[in-house]
Amino acid sequence: MNARMNRKSLYSWGSAVLLVLLLALLPIYGAPYTVILVTSIIMYAALTVSWVVFSGPTGNVSLAPAAFMGIGIYTAASLGKFLPLPLVILVAAAGSLCLALVVGALTLRLKGLYFSIFTFGLVLLLRQLVLWYEVRFTHTRGRFVVVIDNTTIFYVMLAIFVVLLITAHLLRQSKYGAALEAIGEDEEAAAHAGVNVTAMKTITFGVSALFMGATGAIMATKWTYIDPYIAFDPFFSFMPVLMAVFGGMATFVGPIIGAAVFGLLEELLLTQFPFYYMLMFGIILVVAITYLPNGLTGLVMKWRKGGRTESHANP
Amino acid sequence: MRILEGKKLTKFFGGLAAVSEVDFGVDQGEIVGLIGPNGAGKTTLFNLISGAIIPDSGVLEFKGQKLTGLKAHLVCRAGVARTFQSVRIFPNMSVIGNVSLGGVFGTKTGMSSPAAVVAAEELLDFVGLAGASTTRAGDLTLAHQKRLEVARALATQPEVMLLDELIAGLNLTEAGEVMGLITRIRGRGITILMIEHVMKAIMSICNRIIVLHHGEKIAEGSPAEITSNETVIKIYLGK
Amino acid sequence: MIVAILDVVVAGLLLGGIYALISVGLSLQYGVARVFNVAHGEFMMLGALSTWSLNQAFGMNPIIAMAICGPVAFVIGYVLHRTLFKRLRRISPSIGAFEGSSMLASFGLLFIIQNVANLIWGTQTKAYTFMAYPVSILGALFAANRLVTLAFAVAFGIVFYLFLVRTRLGKAIRAAAQDPSTAALMGVNINQVLALCFGFGALMAGLGGLLVSMSYPMQTTMGLEYTIITIIVVALGGMGSIPGSFIGGFLLGLIGSIVTKIEPGLSLAAYYVLFMVLLWIKPTGIMGK
Repeated sequence: MNARMNRKSLYSWGSAVLLVLLLALLPIYGAPYTVILVTSIIMYAALTVSWVVFSGPTGNVSLAPAAFMGIGIYTAASLGKFLPLPLVILVAAAGSLCLALVVGALTLRLKGLYFSIFTFGLVLLLRQLVLWYEVRFTHTRGRFVVVIDNTTIFYVMLAIFVVLLITAHLLRQSKYGAALEAIGEDEEAAAHAGVNVTAMKTITFGVSALFMGATGAIMATKWTYIDPYIAFDPFFSFMPVLMAVFGGMATFVGPIIGAAVFGLLEELLLTQFPFYYMLMFGIILVVAITYLPNGLTGLVMKWRKGGRTESHANP
Repeated sequence: MRILEGKKLTKFFGGLAAVSEVDFGVDQGEIVGLIGPNGAGKTTLFNLISGAIIPDSGVLEFKGQKLTGLKAHLVCRAGVARTFQSVRIFPNMSVIGNVSLGGVFGTKTGMSSPAAVVAAEELLDFVGLAGASTTRAGDLTLAHQKRLEVARALATQPEVMLLDELIAGLNLTEAGEVMGLITRIRGRGITILMIEHVMKAIMSICNRIIVLHHGEKIAEGSPAEITSNETVIKIYLGK
Repeated sequence: MIVAILDVVVAGLLLGGIYALISVGLSLQYGVARVFNVAHGEFMMLGALSTWSLNQAFGMNPIIAMAICGPVAFVIGYVLHRTLFKRLRRISPSIGAFEGSSMLASFGLLFIIQNVANLIWGTQTKAYTFMAYPVSILGALFAANRLVTLAFAVAFGIVFYLFLVRTRLGKAIRAAAQDPSTAALMGVNINQVLALCFGFGALMAGLGGLLVSMSYPMQTTMGLEYTIITIIVVALGGMGSIPGSFIGGFLLGLIGSIVTKIEPGLSLAAYYVLFMVLLWIKPTGIMGK
């Protein structure tokens, strides 16, 4: 049993390292357009995997990614001129972490539905707050972002993603990963087995958020000009959920595949049918949910703690 | 020594008192039975003790320290564990995963995962589930799931265990085995408070019995005293 | 001073009336049909922009347009439920699974509807004028169109209330809201009732949009903010409680009006604070069970 596990994990670790190496060399052998496209895909993958880190095991559907992304974007826009890039990203991550801890402490003790509702509107709330602040105090509507070359953006995004994957993997394999799973299966039973449910959920939510903030900070440098409406876009909340649901959440490979598919699809639709791409996304989504329910039972059963159908390898 | 004590515990749901001014005490090493018709408030009382819900008034004490208002995970870590009426194991985790979770998070000082796994294996053996460690918990039979729940509770190294209808739904052989298990748990120095409807079990293994009816304690005493108590007989045989 | 207060209160009632109407619609969809419809605001947007089109193309008065927009919205909602959501209900292994998948499906609807709207109307802000003259009440000036909006919002509320309480169908809906399986056992055609509820939900959203169009400008992206506000109202009023949603809507409108008077641009923040406070004190909502 152990030998088989070792060979299997060697295989997956090996392919992961290989893939990262291939990607790291992309700017050398790939066209600039490809680098930009792959950066986008890695961004989606990062958002999706971060989302899965929390919402996967617990079944609490967070609709907040756009909010944390937005914080990252605004941090980059506000501090990009004054601080070096690594520091900007750290500050963005810290800011998102703080917001997540506050939101978590307030809403994670309640029913899962209220958490989803709260996070759903969070992006619009932040948008309104930032707009109010900018109009009232700084008297600006939008901001210009420090421009960074595409190759640097690619590497930073890749680095964030790799750190995220390592963190996500370590978390899942650790005792906290087991606790999160137990919380997802039966919160009350987990509490009675000694798991501090609220603390666990809040901290995990925070970890998930900080990566979203970091992602936002680096991706902001692609847009030269941002305003509250650009930075806080509900689309970035819906997409990770869809990508995770389509890709499957039992492993982290699933969300990455989901992100890749959607990233490519978005690129295709945007270039071929720029006025129809939301429409097509929507149709694909509705058709998939109606006719391919098995791909969705994972998330959907978790929604109300009905129990997951995928089995799990466990220590 | 009085290890668990409740004074004037009261809990309202809407306008109805599920538990009303209940006083009870459990001494170390006892097996105390909690009986009463359906809706008497037995599980509610368990929920109050385990921290699942907070009493509207009244006090709970465990070994002299206040238990009232503590959250469930803290009650567990203090040394009071429970099982649930509707067996609540983690169906998609492995059997050993279920039990070791209790060891890692539920003991007073916590355990490392490897140590918890070792302890879990001993407990699986104790409850009679050795050999099923890697089975998916949801695939077990009901009887085995109940034992798994007991093992998980034991993994938290409790001094008091609240058992909620462990014997209900089992056939005669299984019931006998569970009764043996309960006695062996007490043999490990754990005090037991058990809700049960199966009278034969209650009468044979309990030192003392507490009777609840409409949220109030209406009788308390040894099995012999309870079986001859007129009020108790009346509520069980109907008016 | 009195005038200023009256100003704020009436403005709050106007806003609240619209919130109340749309929230009752969502409450029907979520509370009864158990569809967490994140596309609810999009129906409202459709109602608003269709009224604009009718006004532009035929010079139609929005009050007349109600006779068209209402039924059309109802039919769209009804058909959507009979096709999409009924099927989802059938294939979902549990109510929880259904709520999850119907929410995701409504995401899809959101994308579809907004894109279609963009194709039809474009992304520019639109507006038309209707009864935009001021009316004086107790010394304060109010736009006539906003008063008409309030009157209709309240009227719809009353009519619907009577419908729920006095008619057979209304009682069937209330029964289904309480306990669908028992209602089905008692001879209520559940599928029909749920689809009707969904249709009524869409109807209210559409009419709500129409009312908004009378006094405010509109664009294809207006829906989401109303959806969020409505969800907060439904949660505030007690999930699935129709009177709770109605009252909650007015409450939120009043608060929004007060906050806008003090510090414009912070209304959503105020709603969220209220939401948090309420979840802390009474998580089941004002009239929740």
